[in-house]
Amino acid sequence: MGGYIPSTRSERAEMLRAIGLEKPEELFASVPEALRVKKLDLEPGLSELALFREMRGVAAKNRVYRSIFRGAGAYNHYIPAVVGAVTSKETFVTAYTPYQAEMSQGVLQSIFEYQTMICELTGMDVSNASVYDGATAAAEAVNMLVDAKRRVALISEGVHPMTLETARTYAFGADVEIRTIPLKDGRTDMEALASLLNKDVACVLLQSPNYFGLVEDGETVAKIVHENRSKFILSVNPIACALYKTPGEVGADVAVGEGQPLGMPLSFGGPYLGFMATTKALMRKLPGRIVGETTDDRGERAFVLTLQAREQHIRREKASSNICSNQALCAMTAAVYMAAMGETGLREVARQCHAKAAYLRGELARIGFAPLHEGPFFHEFVTACPAGKDELVSALAEKGILAGLPVDGGILWCATEMNSRADIDELIAAIGEVLA
Amino acid sequence: MKLLFEKSVPGRGMDILPPLDVPDCPLEAGLAREKALRLPQMAEGDLCRHYRALEKRAHGVCDGFYPLGSCTMKYNPKIDEQMAALDGFTGVHPLQDAKDAQGCLEVYARAEASLKEITGMDAVTFQPAAGAHGEFLGLLLIKAYHHDRGDLARTKILVPDAAHGTNPASATMAGFEVVSVPSTANGRVDVEALRALAGADTAGLMLTNPNTLGIFDENILEITKVVHEAGGLCYYDGANLNAVMGIARPGDMGFDVVHLNLHKTFATPHGGGGPGSGAVGVKALLRDFLPDGQVVGEAGNYRFERPKKSVGRVKEFYGNFGVVVKALCYMLSLGAEGVPEAATGAVLNANYLMHALVEGGYEAAVPGICMHEFVLTLEKLKHETGVSALDVAKAMIDRGIHPPTMYFPLIVHEALMLEPTETESRETLDECAKAMLDILKEAHTAPETLHACPVTTPIGRPDEVKAARNPVLKYEF
Repeated sequence: MGGYIPSTRSERAEMLRAIGLEKPEELFASVPEALRVKKLDLEPGLSELALFREMRGVAAKNRVYRSIFRGAGAYNHYIPAVVGAVTSKETFVTAYTPYQAEMSQGVLQSIFEYQTMICELTGMDVSNASVYDGATAAAEAVNMLVDAKRRVALISEGVHPMTLETARTYAFGADVEIRTIPLKDGRTDMEALASLLNKDVACVLLQSPNYFGLVEDGETVAKIVHENRSKFILSVNPIACALYKTPGEVGADVAVGEGQPLGMPLSFGGPYLGFMATTKALMRKLPGRIVGETTDDRGERAFVLTLQAREQHIRREKASSNICSNQALCAMTAAVYMAAMGETGLREVARQCHAKAAYLRGELARIGFAPLHEGPFFHEFVTACPAGKDELVSALAEKGILAGLPVDGGILWCATEMNSRADIDELIAAIGEVLA
Repeated sequence: MKLLFEKSVPGRGMDILPPLDVPDCPLEAGLAREKALRLPQMAEGDLCRHYRALEKRAHGVCDGFYPLGSCTMKYNPKIDEQMAALDGFTGVHPLQDAKDAQGCLEVYARAEASLKEITGMDAVTFQPAAGAHGEFLGLLLIKAYHHDRGDLARTKILVPDAAHGTNPASATMAGFEVVSVPSTANGRVDVEALRALAGADTAGLMLTNPNTLGIFDENILEITKVVHEAGGLCYYDGANLNAVMGIARPGDMGFDVVHLNLHKTFATPHGGGGPGSGAVGVKALLRDFLPDGQVVGEAGNYRFERPKKSVGRVKEFYGNFGVVVKALCYMLSLGAEGVPEAATGAVLNANYLMHALVEGGYEAAVPGICMHEFVLTLEKLKHETGVSALDVAKAMIDRGIHPPTMYFPLIVHEALMLEPTETESRETLDECAKAMLDILKEAHTAPETLHACPVTTPIGRPDEVKAARNPVLKYEF
């Protein structure tokens, strides 16, 4: 019964006869003989138990750290049990994109609720149903804002390096020019930004908190950028949004970000969630699926995929993006996470992240790991490293601790609500032992 | 049904976090968010009931037959889900040292080896998160290849008029001009028209084979030859690979780059619209242009490598890893014999269902043996009875069947595209045929009842015009 095929061989033979054929090969009469595969060079299929053993063995080759002080784009947060219980529901897991509204109200309503929460979180007017991840959200935002006259996007060097590279790669496709804005003391250099702005600049992309954990001055950026009649894309951490000024409050035109902190496990980098929200004025340029509320033929509330005139299956080569499948189940994950946390809970996660990072930063400074930058930070920061970075990281790994990420000039540390005071004290003691 | 926000009661909630165990650290002045954050305030039990109610208002693969054409809604094995959820996979940070993540790198290496064999390509990247994302990357590779050779004049991508909408949209995103290639009356690429269109400005051709009409184009070797002789490269849209995996390989057909939808052909679930995985396979001539993060090395000593002329990256990290775990499980389960057996089963089921429908009075857009899917044209029925493809689709809902893909491909009028997949039993196909033939009968006797379908669903037909004209895209508190 390979391939999860229910019908037996004799049933299949009967079905073949029913359509007037003798042998299964006749089904492929249109495939030229020269192209027929004789036999695939693969192992024989495995039974379920054999597969279970095999994959458990593969997973055991990974090291799962009990204490994690590394972020840099993927964050270790607590995931309430209700999140997995909801998102593993068979129907949500296996449904296709909700094209048939009448039998997909559950999925459509969950996306509508997600869109509402993303708007609340970011302070924007309109959210799409999700894109692939934070990096592609930023790249799609650049594509969304360039036009025939303005073909340049300015991107701060404080943006996650993988986001910057993704934007560059998308720009190679769309023939957009990317210019980077240098940093000064870890933050985007405002004077450099001002000097780079001109009539060719369509948009400016910043990340706050930036790659080094520092909070950027979004309001000043918005003012300078808008004076040049360019658009402002702000990439944010969704947990930080519960505490800090939202993209809407600082005056961003498009808010994007990596939604992984909202209930998705680290899972070696994916699947994660790209969120993307904008103003009413730019609504019709937003790429991706969007769910809207309407009424049905009985006058009752109904949800549908809407504004489809933007999309590939209608507009083909003139579409605002090619995106089709996105990260729907991850968007639902984020929605359940936010609903479970509520305002109080999400603000508490953010408060604890910040407080633990501040404690960690102080403790590290005390043992000679001086912070590289001053000023406001959220839950990440860079310190100098008085010892060899790679040696320190390896020695801590042996103790079951994933240290911060080695970067230029030091180590990029992260703390979240997952790091108890005892974990932090243990880290400090462990570093002390290594240095001794 | 009420929204989460309408069920929220101030003061309710859940107790998730322990108290802060380090000194609090208030934000510096001027940084704090000013607006309230209006998230739902609910007890855990009420939250669970809400989503259970939503689940009942949706349709998944285990709720009933799902013959959505080109989407390959096959059964999603439970063991694959369970393996992807192992702590040993979900607990791994993407920036751990490669030596601490050998299991994850092994997943990529083994999935790559299997897909190379199945597609006949020389290397595979798993970075793209979905089929369209894979198309975009594949086209960037083609662009980088021509640019690397100093051939900047190749600015056009040839796309058959029957192609998926993502093909032309991806070509535009990659900076190409789209040139439409006509199909012949029997659904094949018009080779003479292709010959006339291919030239010094051709960067490549995008093709789905079997195509969106469910036809395997027997001229495929001639088609790829024409493009190659003009100096272009050939791109295989793998959305329909389920028909031919283990039977014929895109690499042998003359394709240089291919994307696969792991969430179609390789049985990973669709999640209501993702996450998917759009793995991209290439021939050796494109290998050096692949994105950063190719897994190289031997078992126990795998590492990531950046190809020499890499186009960069189209995503953070390495792809939708959890989805790739599931696809690998599926390939290991099927093995050398199961892969072609699945394809054969898919094609058999499609032909069996098409045969029953055509015998009963439906009209196939292209008569004869189909591949894994087929397209019906209801143009005549609409003319005779006023019952449209949409009406038939909605009537299927009342009979517990998810409708086929409607009004696609665009070159067929009143189209319904059915793809049963290999994981459906004969009884399911018989029931579907019976339901559709009943609807056909009803179209002639009582067409007005079909215009009113569906009647068994939580909502009737929604007003889509109103939704687009007066967009309500979030809850107004």
